Amino acid sequence: MPPDQPSPAIPAEGVPAAATQPPPGVIALFFAFAKMSLAGFGGVLYWARRAIVEQHRWLSADEFNETYALCHFLPGPNIVNLSMVFGARLKGIAGGLAAFTGLLVPPMLIMTLLAALYARYGEIDALRRILAGVSCAAVGMLGATVLRMMMPLLKRREVAGVVMLLLVFLAIGVARLPLVPVLLAAIPVSIAVTFLLQRKVSA
Amino acid sequence: MNTNANPVWTLVLTFGVMSLFAVGGANAAIPEMHRIAVEVHHWMTDKQFADLYAISQLSPGPNVLIVTLIGYVVAGVAGALAATFAMCVPTAVFAYYVSRLLARKSRSRWPAIIQRALVPLSIGLMSASILVLAQTADRSLLAALFTGAVAAAAFATRLNPFWMFLAGGILGFTGVI
Repeated sequence: MPPDQPSPAIPAEGVPAAATQPPPGVIALFFAFAKMSLAGFGGVLYWARRAIVEQHRWLSADEFNETYALCHFLPGPNIVNLSMVFGARLKGIAGGLAAFTGLLVPPMLIMTLLAALYARYGEIDALRRILAGVSCAAVGMLGATVLRMMMPLLKRREVAGVVMLLLVFLAIGVARLPLVPVLLAAIPVSIAVTFLLQRKVSA
Repeated sequence: MNTNANPVWTLVLTFGVMSLFAVGGANAAIPEMHRIAVEVHHWMTDKQFADLYAISQLSPGPNVLIVTLIGYVVAGVAGALAATFAMCVPTAVFAYYVSRLLARKSRSRWPAIIQRALVPLSIGLMSASILVLAQTADRSLLAALFTGAVAAAAFATRLNPFWMFLAGGILGFTGVI
């Protein structure tokens, strides 16, 4: 294991050695991430979990969840963070770069092609109407995702969390304020509130 | 309309900063993308923005690649590449260093507290995304009803999103919504 391995202690403990396979090469990482990135609808995460945990057995399910949890609370696209952190965990910086470029470059090329097609044919009436209908559906899909994420907060009756959620929604969605100042104000407040509530519970 | 600066640098700066503030991922940054692309720089219309969101959802790859489409509209292939890497590289580097830091002192309770504190913020941002996108995409009462129906169906069932997109495409093509 290279010395810059982020968490050398975790694979050694708790997980039977047979549960995971030896780390793949850099090229294998690139192609594995390219494949899961292009796999289809329903988000890359689903395919990433399947490939990493079930198919290649590079991580156990717990290790995957742990890596994903970290990437979820960091800013930026979660799956992009995951590719970098996961690749680096297995193969250092070269592994991180391989997974990162595998995840991004092939779909980015497709997207660029689609953007060029849209620039040329986007004004065709039939296409305009189809895309209008698809975007209505896409908004609905996002609505379902957000609803799913909201349920735990509502179920646990986390009043402070719901208030923070509403304030951010009003500031960004209704007042259309810029993201950076809103978050620079909201993040410290939310951390302070969470910290104080947690201390009250444990006291 | 636009500033005199090279639009590629505007893209790099815009998405480079956004990258580090996209708490909750790409879908949480949609209102900010819309604000900058439609309201601040007038790079595109509301309808075009909604179209790009639809294309990004129809295509394979991470959701974040809507920035590739925005970048292309602004500055062609160079813009597409610049926007994508500006949105993805800073956060990936940040994630790499944080993961190494956390591996060293994993006893701290701060990661858990920060994580808990950020969850409501990211859901608030994504709720704002729904509002902004609905205002651009749902041009009629029927369209809004269809969006609501898709949300309900996707929430209650495990139906493949493909069918929702297909239904939307057909209803749009036939002029119902």
